[in-house]
Amino acid sequence: MSQIRRLKTGGRVDRSTPLEFSFNGESYVGFLGDTLASALLANGVDKVGRSFKYFRPRGILGSGAEEPNAIVQLESNGISTPNLRATEVELVEGLSARSVTDMGRTRIRRIASRFTSLMPVGFYYKTLIRPKATWNVGEKLIRQAAGLGTVFSNSDPDIYDKYHHHCDVLVVGAGAAGLTAALAAAELGLRVIVADEQSEYGGWLLSTSRELDAAPAVSWIDQIVASLHARPNVILLSRTTIFGLYDHGLAMGCERLTGCTTSAHGVPRERLHQIRAQQVVLATGALERPLTFANNDLPGIMLPSAVLTYLNRYAVAVGAELVLATTNDQAYEAAFAWHDVGLKVVAICDMRSDIPLELISACDTREIPVFREHTVVEARGSKRVAEATVVPLSVDKHNIAGKGHKLTCDVLATSTGWNPVIHLNAHTRTMARWDEKEVAFLLDSQSPDIASAGAINGARTLAACMREGVAAIQKLRSLVDVEIEFPLPQIDETSPARCAKFFKAPHPRLDNRAPKQFVDFQLDVTVADIQLAVREGYRTIEHVKRYTALGFGNDQGKLGNVNGINVLADATGTSIGDIGTTVFRPPYTPVTFGAIGGRSVGELFDPERLTPMHQWHVDYGAEWENVGQWKRPWYYAIAGESMQDAVNREVLAARNDVAVLDASTLGKIDVQGRDAAVFIDRMYSNTFANLRVGRCRYGLMLRDTGMIFDDGVTARLDKDHFLVHTTTGNAEPVLSWLELWHQTEWSELDVRLTSVTDQWATVAVVGPKSRRVLGKLCPEVNLSNESFPFMSVQTVQLEQTEARIFRVSFSGELSYEINVPAQYGLSLWERVLEIGEPFGITPYGTETMHVLRAEKGFIIAGQDTDGSMTPVDMNLSWCVRKTNDVDFVGRRSLNLSDYQRTDRLQLVGLETRDSLVVLPEGGQLLSKPTKKQPAAMQGFVTSAYFSATLDRSIALAMVKGGLLRIGDTLHCALYDGSFVEASVVSSVFFDPDNLAQKVDFESDTFGVKPSELGLSSSASTVRETNDEASGRDAGVTLRAWRGYRIFTLVGSTVDDPDLSGQAGFSEILPLEPCTWNSVDNAKFCWLGPSRWLMLERFDEEEYEPLDLPSDVVSNVGFLDTTGAYAVFSLTGTSVNELLKKSCPFDFHESVFSSQSCVQSTFAKANALVVARGDDGVDLLVRRSFADYVVRWIEDASEEFGFRHNF
Amino acid sequence: MLRIYCPYCESVRDEDEFHCVGEAHINRPANPEELSDQEWGEYLHFRTNPRGEHREIWHHTVGCRQHFNVLRDTETYEIRRVYRIGDELNADADADAD
Repeated sequence: MSQIRRLKTGGRVDRSTPLEFSFNGESYVGFLGDTLASALLANGVDKVGRSFKYFRPRGILGSGAEEPNAIVQLESNGISTPNLRATEVELVEGLSARSVTDMGRTRIRRIASRFTSLMPVGFYYKTLIRPKATWNVGEKLIRQAAGLGTVFSNSDPDIYDKYHHHCDVLVVGAGAAGLTAALAAAELGLRVIVADEQSEYGGWLLSTSRELDAAPAVSWIDQIVASLHARPNVILLSRTTIFGLYDHGLAMGCERLTGCTTSAHGVPRERLHQIRAQQVVLATGALERPLTFANNDLPGIMLPSAVLTYLNRYAVAVGAELVLATTNDQAYEAAFAWHDVGLKVVAICDMRSDIPLELISACDTREIPVFREHTVVEARGSKRVAEATVVPLSVDKHNIAGKGHKLTCDVLATSTGWNPVIHLNAHTRTMARWDEKEVAFLLDSQSPDIASAGAINGARTLAACMREGVAAIQKLRSLVDVEIEFPLPQIDETSPARCAKFFKAPHPRLDNRAPKQFVDFQLDVTVADIQLAVREGYRTIEHVKRYTALGFGNDQGKLGNVNGINVLADATGTSIGDIGTTVFRPPYTPVTFGAIGGRSVGELFDPERLTPMHQWHVDYGAEWENVGQWKRPWYYAIAGESMQDAVNREVLAARNDVAVLDASTLGKIDVQGRDAAVFIDRMYSNTFANLRVGRCRYGLMLRDTGMIFDDGVTARLDKDHFLVHTTTGNAEPVLSWLELWHQTEWSELDVRLTSVTDQWATVAVVGPKSRRVLGKLCPEVNLSNESFPFMSVQTVQLEQTEARIFRVSFSGELSYEINVPAQYGLSLWERVLEIGEPFGITPYGTETMHVLRAEKGFIIAGQDTDGSMTPVDMNLSWCVRKTNDVDFVGRRSLNLSDYQRTDRLQLVGLETRDSLVVLPEGGQLLSKPTKKQPAAMQGFVTSAYFSATLDRSIALAMVKGGLLRIGDTLHCALYDGSFVEASVVSSVFFDPDNLAQKVDFESDTFGVKPSELGLSSSASTVRETNDEASGRDAGVTLRAWRGYRIFTLVGSTVDDPDLSGQAGFSEILPLEPCTWNSVDNAKFCWLGPSRWLMLERFDEEEYEPLDLPSDVVSNVGFLDTTGAYAVFSLTGTSVNELLKKSCPFDFHESVFSSQSCVQSTFAKANALVVARGDDGVDLLVRRSFADYVVRWIEDASEEFGFRHNF
Repeated sequence: MLRIYCPYCESVRDEDEFHCVGEAHINRPANPEELSDQEWGEYLHFRTNPRGEHREIWHHTVGCRQHFNVLRDTETYEIRRVYRIGDELNADADADAD
């Protein structure tokens, strides 16, 4: 029979929408509006699981987050989610659930349950300790039996999402208190977010029988919710559990959008809401507390609040004959409602002597027997409760005072009061205070930006909850004296009497001889367990918790902790207040990893930076090396080559002919200003002030500790204009480092720093024939050693764009690094390969780059150095200024006595005795092969390769006193215990006299005018994506800009930024932070003090460069950074939703106006977001991030409908 | 996660946008060569690490790329004051802190 316990009328379920579902393999039918728990109860399912340790049958006990027994695993569409409370799982068609405690490993547990008397509390701490080996056996068995549910091992096909929110007031909980607080805040015009964990708003109002304004409570809820929905300043989030309150008003909530089943059409299954709230109202209510008595875990024993909720909200009578045991007035409502639908109330046992008269008369009217000063001491029944033993209590309530009655029943509801849900407040490091009058842990203190209202404060009537809701807003906004216009409804209720302090029924037998009296149902912790823990010496609740597992389940003691604390207080002769609570930590209820991960999984896990030539590398079959966030070609295997074969071929091409490397990822920092040279001299260990314009110099950047931080070539482009190169991975840290010193220590220097890494694409043409390739590429340039010497730079015109050609070398070969604005990068790369083809030009990747540099003994900062190496250690003392005239960062430290030790680790080369064996990087070096420990470490290998040039293995290593140990033999310890013998040699293996990179002019290769280069500009590096129309309206449209110019404008960092009020200046360049001005087709965006970005859009044909006033031009440096950015327009009705997903900034109109521009994180990359003024925003991202950001936008927009137009 | 007021962008932003550089008001000695190894070592390595109020330099890495000072309570994470580089922490000065 279907739904045998469903009432014919009433409730919030939709009887016209039946939903089929299955539980433990059986099929059932429930209704729309049911939870899994209410549907199971409607179908008369008593047993929903078995207890963890004792294997006892368990039924549903509660109706919300407190439920300890009905823990289920959901299965749908091949995915499986463990650890869900059936009381919180909304019923959907086809839902399939299993109880986690009935799964798989039941056999072991069933057997183990027979021996439970031999498994006292602390069993694992006491047994399987000696001999050691028993644990190895025991652990396997325990592991098989342990745990609730099974983890889904395939990848999760569902979509998860995140939103960033900002609001004035966050109201947690939408019951009577929360709804009134929300409405009061909304009335004040505040930005309000209301979050409630249930599918419907109303909280307790959905359960109660009381009427508001002489109408069912739901009509009041509907009216308030409709009013809130209608306001643009209110966001309502149902099915959203605020699970944590963090620093600075950050609240985290998880919204369940698709009812725990798989998602469709881009609608995420769950959405994590990161809410930055100025102020928070906690209206989280309270959870009812059960009585502790013998066999209190039988199915059919429930909380009165759950009985009432199932009856009124879900129209489910959980049984036929009810016995209620209570210590308070509120629980009577369940018995009265039970009676009023025509069910039998066997009796009410109230342990109090002073039961309010109106309750007595209400019971008399209904002819419900009341047992005054009685309680339930034991329940009986096999599969469900069948009988309750009710006894009279002594005056002090500690003892049984007479003969009891046995009452037949199938529902036993027990209540000892309410536990306010103070968890979120406790997350802000405030403690709870035991209140003897309210018999509850209440908030002890509160941050001034948090207020609480309703049952969380112990409020006992709906009217009091509503008044507190309004008062909470008045308190937070300091408007205590201000009337907030608010018609509170009339409610027919009397203020209930106080709850009596009574948690555990006495039993005729000793607690450890009586039937089990459960405190923690989920982990089977009993009264006797806690008493045993006390006898064994545990006194504090935190220790008892860990010893007995009290409160360790996924309910985290919501139901049983106060009862447990009471048992502990009794056993230790202290009071509940002395014991206190355990620390509440987030999350309030379990959160899926999917929600925490959001869409940052798979391809979108972390931003990928791509060079402008990326697609070519893909097409050419490159293998990839991740360098920071960059994707760099590692090597190109042709026709089934092994990696070593490919690298050997690439190395020999560079040494013998010509090879080409995409070096675009190299960090580049533009340094300008009249003190640029002074500044660079202080930041590098060698001198740059005397560097001639057009020349380059290798420099070492030290920390002030004297340790090498970075290295690279710096070029002087003009008297006050330098270009600093950094290693790929250090581009950002070096810029920050330079900014730190400039802004904090030497702010009197006029220095303007701009990252131009993304602006330039770099093609390194390397090898003895590289000059011939260059000669064809730019025949008008004199490439002789005299006019274009080693370590110099020239700016040449390559068709419509300027190129900077650096004659530098990271390989020891003749080499030119050609830099063009990034939009010309791919075109140049293809052209160089075409021109170089007759010379056998070979593209190579990072592995070959490493081999080439290691052959020359060139270090890589971060690979050969680890932050503890000085220039002397690295045999680079030639790079340190010897004169005393300039103090540079790190200088003083180089004189520290410890740095003069001759046994410091120093850079040397190693040659293995067997020339084919390549040492492992990181391998430890010993003087002699020994397995004795500890062995005296002589150093370690930092780089090791097979050198095709030398046809042998080579390695760089840090060796103690290594510079004086050339010729020594060392032994490298391998993982398998063997050793490799190697001799210490110079770190320069190839061409120690640097002849190769200076090879002379070869006249025969010139005089050939090349055909048109045919360089072309590409707008961005974005991969083409599928633009299939989805048939839906596009909520987000993405357009990539084609014709635009971007200049970074940098003013003096010393002079007054407003240039002493020169007319016209501020009308063009905004001085107001985070705003833009426009002139014709150009927007000038504020980036920082004395720093702007000029974004000029044009159609190719009609382009006329903007004519700027002379005072702007003469006072501000213009840096063409067109290539450094990709520009997109985002338009459509859902752009704001997309921004909420991508960016933590608050795009509300009160913060982000039509004249605003803001730099922030966007999808974990950085972006400049510029208001378009009409619809949507323009988005500027650094070019290398563009592909990733577009893929993110496409993915995140799917649920709104997405269209792009490149 | 902290919410930090940037005194240059004049708005409150997420901690993700910033980078904490370390203790503020560590002045580099004017004449390093005149210091003993010990004195120089103290400048390099010794920091106060207090429980309670701590003066720190933060860098608005993702935003305006400016460094500024933050007075933060290391116990409660409360940010008491935000002030520009070069300014002294002064109780009488106008508070920029949010």
